[in-house]
Amino acid sequence: MKKIIKYILIDILKNRIIIAYTALLFIVSLSLFMLEDNPSKAVLGLLNITLIIVPLISIIFCTIYLYNSSEFIELLVAQPIKRTKLLFGIYLGLIGSLLLATTVGLGIPVLLYDPGPTGMTLLMTAGALSIVFASLALLSAVITRDKAKGIGLALLLWFYFSFIYDGLVLLILFQFADYPMETAMIALSALNPIDLGRILLLLQLDISAMMGFTGALFRDFFGSNLGLLFASLVMVVWMVIPSFIAIRKFKNKDL
Amino acid sequence: MENNCTIMFKFLIITIGYMLLLNCPSAYARTFTVQPGQSIKAIIEQAHDGDLIRVLAGTYKEKGIVIDKSIVLMGIGNPVLDGEKKYEVISITAHNVVIEGFTIINSGYSSMNELAAIRIINASGVGIRNNKLLNNFFGIYCQHASKAYIANNTISSNGISELESGNGIHGWKSDSLVIYNNNISGHRDGIYFEFVTHTLIMKNNSHKNIRYGLHFMFSNDDTYLDNIFNNNGSGVAVMHSRRVIMLNNEFRENWGSASFGILLKDISDSHAEGNLYYKNTVAIYMEGSSRTLIRRNRFSNNGYAIRIQASCDDNTIEKNNFSGNSFDIATNGSLVLNTFNGNFWDKYEGYDLNRNKIGDVPYRPLSVYAMIVERNATAMMLFRSPVVGLLEKAEKVMPGLTPENLKDEYPLMKPLPL
Repeated sequence: MKKIIKYILIDILKNRIIIAYTALLFIVSLSLFMLEDNPSKAVLGLLNITLIIVPLISIIFCTIYLYNSSEFIELLVAQPIKRTKLLFGIYLGLIGSLLLATTVGLGIPVLLYDPGPTGMTLLMTAGALSIVFASLALLSAVITRDKAKGIGLALLLWFYFSFIYDGLVLLILFQFADYPMETAMIALSALNPIDLGRILLLLQLDISAMMGFTGALFRDFFGSNLGLLFASLVMVVWMVIPSFIAIRKFKNKDL
Repeated sequence: MENNCTIMFKFLIITIGYMLLLNCPSAYARTFTVQPGQSIKAIIEQAHDGDLIRVLAGTYKEKGIVIDKSIVLMGIGNPVLDGEKKYEVISITAHNVVIEGFTIINSGYSSMNELAAIRIINASGVGIRNNKLLNNFFGIYCQHASKAYIANNTISSNGISELESGNGIHGWKSDSLVIYNNNISGHRDGIYFEFVTHTLIMKNNSHKNIRYGLHFMFSNDDTYLDNIFNNNGSGVAVMHSRRVIMLNNEFRENWGSASFGILLKDISDSHAEGNLYYKNTVAIYMEGSSRTLIRRNRFSNNGYAIRIQASCDDNTIEKNNFSGNSFDIATNGSLVLNTFNGNFWDKYEGYDLNRNKIGDVPYRPLSVYAMIVERNATAMMLFRSPVVGLLEKAEKVMPGLTPENLKDEYPLMKPLPL
C-alpha cells in the first residue's frame, strides 16, 4: 500500500494541475494579505476561498483523477493486491497531495501574516474540507461508471453543500421562526461540513456579533472543549463515511 | 478732608473686623493625631471646624464615624477603617470635609439601607482623595451633595450578583461633582447617577463591574471624558438625560447578549466625539434619542457598530471610522430620520473618479442580513455563507428589504486620521 501511496503522490505532483492549484492559493492569499492593512480582513477573504474554492477543486480534481487513472486501477486490480488496500492507497495519495497544496498555498501566507488562533482554525478547516470533499469525490467516482455523470454528481454535491443546503436552512429557519431553533441549528450545522467549518471560523472572526442570544449559545457549545471535540468528530465522520462506502462498493464493483 | 479720613478709618475698622471674624476659627485651627487604640470618634468630638485630624497607620474598628464638622481627616500610612460588614464606615454631614489617604474595608450589607464606605449627606465642598475602598457594599455615596471632589480613589469589591452588591460611586440628587482618576471594579454599577447635574467625570477606569461601568438616569448637563470602560456586564447606559457630553472615552470588550459599549436611551441634545469602541457586542445602541451628534469616533471590531432603533430622530452620525465590524448599522424598522454622512466604511466598494477623496456612489451601511438577523436571531448561524453573500449582492443592486434612505451620500475613501 505504501508503494501505491508513493506512486500516486509522485504522479499527482508531476501533474501540473495540483501545482497550479497550490500557486493559485499561494498568490491569492499572499495578495489578500498584502492588499489589506488589517490581517483579519484578509482572513475574511480567505474564508470565502476556504469555503468555496477549496472544496470545489478538491472534489473536481479527485473525481477527474480517479476517472483518468481507471486503466491504471484496472491494471493494479489484476495484480495480487487487495482491492480495499488499492483504493485506500489511492485515496490517501490524493488527500496527501491536496493537504500538501493547502499547507503550502494557504499555510505559508497565513503563518507569515496572521499566525494566531484564527489563522490556525482557517488552516484546519481548509485541510478538513479538502479531505471531506476528496472522500465525496471517491464516492461519486466509484458509484458511477460514466465519467460525465460522475463529474456531474461531484459538482452537484459541491453545489448542494455550499449553496443549496444553506438556502434550505434559511427556509427552515423562517418557516419555524416561532419555535426555539437553537439546538436544532447545531444539529443542522453538523449535517454540512462546510457549515461546520464556517461556524468554527465565525467564532474566531465575528465573536463580538456572535455574542447575541443565539450566538452565545453557539459560542458556549462550539467554544467549549466538548463542542470542539464534537465538531472534529463530525468532521472525521464526514471524512470516513463516504470513503468507507466507496471502498466497500469498490470491493464488489464490476470493473 | 477730615470727612474722608473718618470714612477711611471706619472702612479699615470694618475690614479688619471682618477679617478677624472670618479667620477666627482658622486662627485657632489645631492638629490632632490619632494612634491605633485611640478612638477617632472621640477626637472628632473634641475638634472644631477647620481642624486637622491625622490618623496613624493601624486598624480602626469604629461603629460608624459621623463627621459633622468641617475638618480634614488625613490617613498617614494608609490606616484601615473596618466596617466589620455591619456598619456604614464614614458619614459626612458637614460642608468642606476632606477625607484622604485611608483604606476603608467591609462596609455593612443591608437590603433595607444602602450602607456605604463613605456617605456624603447634604454637604458641599467635600473632598475624598487617595483612598482605597475594598469590599464595600456601596463605595462613595453622594446624597444631595454638591461641589464634591472625588479623586484618585481605588474602589473595588467582589460582588457576585446584581442584588447583593452596590455601586462604586453613587450619586443621588447631587450637583457639580468632580469625579477624577478613580479606578472602580467589581461593583454593581461602577458609577451610578440619578438626578445628578453639571458633573464632570474624567479619567476614570471602570471595569469588570457586574452591570454597567457607568449608569446615568435623569442626569442633565454632565460631561465625561477620557474614561475607560471595559469588560463590564453591560457596558455603559445613559438614559433619560439631556445635554450629555462624551469625549475621548474608550469602550472596550463589553460582551454579552444584552451588552453594549454604550446604551443611549431617551437621550437628547448630546454629543459624542473622539471615543473608541472596540470589540463590543453592540458599540452604540440608540433608542428614543434625538438631536445627538456622533462624530469622529472609531468603531472597530464590534459585532454591531451602531444599532439605531426607528424611534430615534434628528441624530447626526458623521466623520466616524467604521472598520472590522461584523455589521456597521442595524435598525428595527423602515423609518430613518437620521443622517449618516461623511463617514469612512471599510466595507465600501465604490470609486472616486474625481479624486476628491469622497466616494462617487452613496454607501448603504445597513446590510440586509442585519435585518434578517434582527427578525430571526438564529439566522446568525448562516452569517458569511455564500448564500448570504448572494443575498447581499442582490439587495445592493435592488434594495427591497433595507430602508431606501439609510445611506451615506459622501462616504470617504480613506479612514480619517483619528
